Amino acid sequence: FLSLSLQAKMSRPVQARRLEGTDKNIWVEFVKLAATYSKVNLGQGFPDFPPPDFLKESFVRALSGENYMLHQYTRAFGHPPLVKILAQFFGKLLGRDLDPMTNVMVTVGAYQALFCCFQALVDEGDEVIIIEPFFDCYEPMVKMAGGTPVFVPLRLKAPKDGKLMSSADWQLDPAELASKFSERTKAIVLNSPNNPLGKVFSREELELIADLCVKHDVLCISDEVYEWLVYDGKEHIRIASLRGMWDHTVTIGSAGKTFSATGWKVGWTVGPNRLLQHLRTVHQNSVYHCATIAQEAVAQGFQRELELYGKPDSYFVQLPKELQQKRDWLVQSLDAVGMKPIIPEGTYFLVADISKFKSDVPDVPDSDEPYDSRFAKWMVKNKGLAAIPLSAFYSGAHKNNYNHFIRFCFAKEEATLKAANDILQKWKREKTSP
Amino acid sequence: MLFASRSFCCLGIRTYQLRTDSLSRSIKLSALATMAFRHKNTRRIEGLDSNVWVEFTKVAADPSIVNLGQGLPDISPPSYVKEELAKAAAVDRLNQYTRGFGHPSLVKALSQVYERVCGRKIDPLTDILVTVGAYGSLFSTIQALIEEGDEVIIIEPFYDCYEPMVKMAGAKPVFIPLRYKNDGNTASSADWVLDPAELANKFNSKTKAIILNTPHNPIGKVFTREELQVIADLCIKHDTLCISDEVYEWLVYKGNKHVKIATLPGMWERTITIGSAGKTYSVTGWKLGWSIGPQNLIKHLQVVHQNTLYTCPTPLQEALAQAFWVDYKRMDDPDCYFYSLSRELESKRDRMAQLLQEAGLKPVIPDGGYFMIVDVSTLNVDLSDVDEKQPYDYKFVKWMIRSKKLSAIPLSAFCGPETKRQFEKYIRFCFIKKDSTLDAAEAILKNWNKQTA
Repeated sequence: FLSLSLQAKMSRPVQARRLEGTDKNIWVEFVKLAATYSKVNLGQGFPDFPPPDFLKESFVRALSGENYMLHQYTRAFGHPPLVKILAQFFGKLLGRDLDPMTNVMVTVGAYQALFCCFQALVDEGDEVIIIEPFFDCYEPMVKMAGGTPVFVPLRLKAPKDGKLMSSADWQLDPAELASKFSERTKAIVLNSPNNPLGKVFSREELELIADLCVKHDVLCISDEVYEWLVYDGKEHIRIASLRGMWDHTVTIGSAGKTFSATGWKVGWTVGPNRLLQHLRTVHQNSVYHCATIAQEAVAQGFQRELELYGKPDSYFVQLPKELQQKRDWLVQSLDAVGMKPIIPEGTYFLVADISKFKSDVPDVPDSDEPYDSRFAKWMVKNKGLAAIPLSAFYSGAHKNNYNHFIRFCFAKEEATLKAANDILQKWKREKTSP
Repeated sequence: MLFASRSFCCLGIRTYQLRTDSLSRSIKLSALATMAFRHKNTRRIEGLDSNVWVEFTKVAADPSIVNLGQGLPDISPPSYVKEELAKAAAVDRLNQYTRGFGHPSLVKALSQVYERVCGRKIDPLTDILVTVGAYGSLFSTIQALIEEGDEVIIIEPFYDCYEPMVKMAGAKPVFIPLRYKNDGNTASSADWVLDPAELANKFNSKTKAIILNTPHNPIGKVFTREELQVIADLCIKHDTLCISDEVYEWLVYKGNKHVKIATLPGMWERTITIGSAGKTYSVTGWKLGWSIGPQNLIKHLQVVHQNTLYTCPTPLQEALAQAFWVDYKRMDDPDCYFYSLSRELESKRDRMAQLLQEAGLKPVIPDGGYFMIVDVSTLNVDLSDVDEKQPYDYKFVKWMIRSKKLSAIPLSAFCGPETKRQFEKYIRFCFIKKDSTLDAAEAILKNWNKQTA
């Protein structure tokens, strides 16, 4: 017979409590659906075009060069050539002298940078403000750190008559935002340019957030992975450069988004040592090192970009130019068939209102699943076009607030976007013909 | 009165000292003090900031130092491994995200290799998780399955990350040392054993897991089937999990066999077995590892993974998959890299042992792995004038780096607080080094011997 204590032990769940409420993940389901059904995948956010040649060449040089030690461990907090160039590059952008050893830390993608921030700085009982819609990992990461997510929505202001919606029409209500700051607020997560809407926060909007952070002594975790993808001459402003914010901000970047190489999983954090020292502690006790060769190649990529900064040949000039064109094609395609696009100011995502297509997917009144999720699933299965429901980027309680929007990724070859257009055109024809 | 009361409650002692200043200056200073105090580290990482590697890898980075410290090969990985990476990077799609829990071709290859080794069916999608190094597997396992209130048994000496990872999960490490049992002349890693009664005493109703490392870092012990059975019996009796770190699984020397504890009866369902590409293919800088186990445990590791870094790099996983296919096909062939690397290392092991013996030292000959520990107290190096309050071996290694230009790692870094004294006369050498490195070590050790003669 089992002892009582053993019985008690065996009746407890085997997994740790910190996993509670973090097991569901939209990507697992939607990536599988896209893999199974999609003819045109505008769902998950990654380019279907390759990284630039200069970057691929750097990678091959690194792995096949005489220095085979690039296949071994490098410095845990970041490969020296990479942290040096990042310190130089971001020092220029932020207008301050950065120490590569203490103000920069390399991570396994921006994803792991976010994880380090929450684990290092968010304790049980701390509140973290998250602006909705949000990149979905923020919520489970805050929960896993024992924190309480506090949501504040971007609210859609109706555009002027006849104009298409813009991501700029989605705005925070200043009074509402201020009301979310409490004694327990440890941090706010900012994502600009914003995934999924493509919103590029203006200087005024950032100052609003900054003032509240300084007033309440709250940290800002600033996810700026799409920092180079801004359109129509807009400026990406780094909140860490605003008054009083350097000491309060950890800025996160991504080689995957910067250089169209999401599969390399190289990211970084930039910030004051007194915050980064705690990220280093988490990092050295979780993954410790990041893979060496990709770091070497990214370092060389940044070296090239530093030399070409602002010039027409710079990848950071060419990529947004190309993506803006792709954005405009997709906007046209969607508008032509009656899916109302919200024109993104940045990122490679675009959200569209699918209300006109609701007749294809009838409402199920008692369904637990948000309408847009059922719509997106129907669409990939029946039309072969993959997109992500906007409700995926909302907290549980708010999933039905904006449930007739879906998100498209337009970092795709021209042929892919044309194929998407064909699917949409055919769909429209089928709807209008008897 | 001028601030929210929250600001002052964090100030503590400093508030007192500042009250006597003029009001405006004290406000400014109080504000700064508030900021300094408020944003300190979270409780989970309290006391976990120091790390032996951060200390010693910096010192040994000087190229004039013969580095036998940190465990990384200075030999080249096999050429086909490098070629596969070049091939993978040339495929556009392989530079973008892959499946989060592991690139399909890699988990397929891993399932084939390990099905053969374990003699059981392994589902590539549910029984495997690919992680950032074995380090990442240890972290995912501990975060998934260990929490406050749990105890985790750690065998000393231990790979140093086990203790802080267990603490970061809020649990209590319970240490048990390997004890030297032989009074004979030849010191072998097999001489270091667990006392079964002592081990049994460490298990109680709070024991969530035991961490096993075989082949063992730093001693090089390869646990026998009988030794593993003792551990397994206790795990089953107390319904305890086993986290089995087997990164050196292929590096076992003549006369020894690596036994997987997960293959013992009753153990598959309670064991997570961890492996490493870095150690298997001499590519520590690829940082790819894996956890293998039953679906009902692996699924929780997958949840941790999807909330920590989501995916591992794609081209590296593809290259590793291809390398595994090459060696899977020749697992009956002595040329298989799993066996040829082991043979290569055995001769390096023997050479390293000889060098140390000729210098008058008595190394512990490892049955596996690529580390060798040696008692340096017989050299009688007097370090009593060194002021630092560090264990003898820390002081010795620092002195050896400075004055002999040879680096190693102090063994007390691998011990819990009670056992540090027991092991502070030992240092650890890494011998997965090219001939010229071992030649340079030989020169230093020969010279040393002359000086002390």
